[in-house]
Amino acid sequence: MLRGAAVRAALLRAVRGAPGRAGLGRAVPRAEEEEDEEEEEGRPVGRVPLYPGHIPTSPLQKALLAAGSACAALWDPYRHDMVAVLGETTGCLALPTLRDRMRNDPEGYRIFQERPRIRLSTLDMAWLRGLPDGALGREYIRFLEDNKVSPDTRMPAKFVDDEELAYVIQRYREVHDLMHTLLGMPTNMLGEVVVKWFEAIQTGLPMCVLGAAFGPVRLNARKLQVLATELLPWAVRSGRNASCVLNVYYEQRWEQSVESLREEIGIFPPPAVRV
Amino acid sequence: MAAGLRPGRALLSRRRGALCALLRAARGLAARPETHFGFQNVTEAERREKIYQVFENVAEKYDVMNDSMSLGIHRVWKDILVHKMNPSPGTLLVDVAGGTGDIAFRFLNYVRSVRERQLQQKLRNHQNLSWQEISKSYQEEKSNPLGDSQVVVCDINKEMLKAGMQKAQHLGYSEGLSWVLGNAEELPFDDDKFDVYTIAFGIRNVTRIDLALQEAYRVLKPGGRFLCLEFSHVSNPLLSRLYDLYSFQVIPVLGEVIAGDWKSYQYLVESIRRFPPQEELKAMIEDAGFLKVDYQNLNSGIVAIHSGFKL
Repeated sequence: MLRGAAVRAALLRAVRGAPGRAGLGRAVPRAEEEEDEEEEEGRPVGRVPLYPGHIPTSPLQKALLAAGSACAALWDPYRHDMVAVLGETTGCLALPTLRDRMRNDPEGYRIFQERPRIRLSTLDMAWLRGLPDGALGREYIRFLEDNKVSPDTRMPAKFVDDEELAYVIQRYREVHDLMHTLLGMPTNMLGEVVVKWFEAIQTGLPMCVLGAAFGPVRLNARKLQVLATELLPWAVRSGRNASCVLNVYYEQRWEQSVESLREEIGIFPPPAVRV
Repeated sequence: MAAGLRPGRALLSRRRGALCALLRAARGLAARPETHFGFQNVTEAERREKIYQVFENVAEKYDVMNDSMSLGIHRVWKDILVHKMNPSPGTLLVDVAGGTGDIAFRFLNYVRSVRERQLQQKLRNHQNLSWQEISKSYQEEKSNPLGDSQVVVCDINKEMLKAGMQKAQHLGYSEGLSWVLGNAEELPFDDDKFDVYTIAFGIRNVTRIDLALQEAYRVLKPGGRFLCLEFSHVSNPLLSRLYDLYSFQVIPVLGEVIAGDWKSYQYLVESIRRFPPQEELKAMIEDAGFLKVDYQNLNSGIVAIHSGFKL
């Protein structure tokens, strides 16, 4: 919230041409000489970007963003950027929990320290393609090619006000495709809903919960039936049984077979239905 | 260059502030003109580049965003501008930073309706016209519905012009309309060419406003009118607070949700705050040589229309 007097004073200064020393993330320009006397007391702490791409936002802006992005995502499910924004603005409770779970697990801690990113530039596509069928790497490449998706289209985190949590949500996004691979779900609406249910139970992110709850609205009756009778019970059971999927260092397990990885994590074999 | 936010760090910040002032003075000796991009300080060249990119990004969703940010009120503002202009058929208008053509289309509509009324008035005044004369007058109306009025839309940004041309095609405007790529600080037109010069919500994005005003003076005919519609300074304190709250809290969010572009709309609201208020702009217009310069506040100063004549 901007304080009136400070804003007016700052406006007058700006208008008179005094160079406002405004870094990114500041909402009001200030002259060099007068600094802290007219500093807004109620300004949210840290209006400076904390990581590349960070846009600091006030609580009101976060609330508006959450509401707006939810509507936009419902209106047009292909607005992946809106789904991402919804996740960031509503994840303030779930993300710290996830981070702690990562920190408390040895493999998760390593991921947290090393901060790997899944990108086309970091993946050796030729080698992954050369792996035997059934290996995680091979199945992942197959998934990317069959569904014509790329790991590079994931939005970077913008509205998370903590650098570590920004990485957690970034990791969650990049691991999403691997979830599809492990669960054997394609990227059509039904497959996405199943993965969302699994992720909702695993991560507790409100965006996943909302997606899981509202996603089925767009499915026809037959798909709804398949979802309700076969896919959902399996996804829920697997989600409950599995250990935290963010704690798996996938980049070091490309050669491991999908089945053995599923067993290790605790995901039950997917039901034999066509999705 | 983040300043300390707590009083304890004031001393350190002031020292840092002094150092920065020293550096800026040193840089100033290197004579790179500093200007602003929203609340950042940049060089003139950087500012032009950044603004070009902003409008390149927003061009497609420009009209949708205008409607949602101003709740449709921007249409009323533009209508008021054209009504104030009160163009008669035969007027030659240049709409600078005209981008998506809002002012141009309104001008054409206005001139067309004035022309229709003119022709009807002519018919009514001459009750004893022969059938030949009446049918000639109908033909006149069909062949020259605009009465030789023309509007040239000039914009520096290709994407905005493209969006404008598509809109014109979609809405069916073709006659009396031209689209020119040009810089308001250096217009590609001869001296003394136009009857009216308008710049609606564009002069804020010009880097050297004084040059743009001089160019406006140059291309206008003697007797020509300069009209500028722009966001301005709200003096009412309560309204000012609400306006600030809305601007800084809601508009970037709208930009992110509708256009997927927070930064461009953050720039928009910051650039409004950086723009000179009504009296200062009036003085700048007078400096360029215009006479009878005046301004009219709309919505208590959220928007102002400045008008001047080349006499």
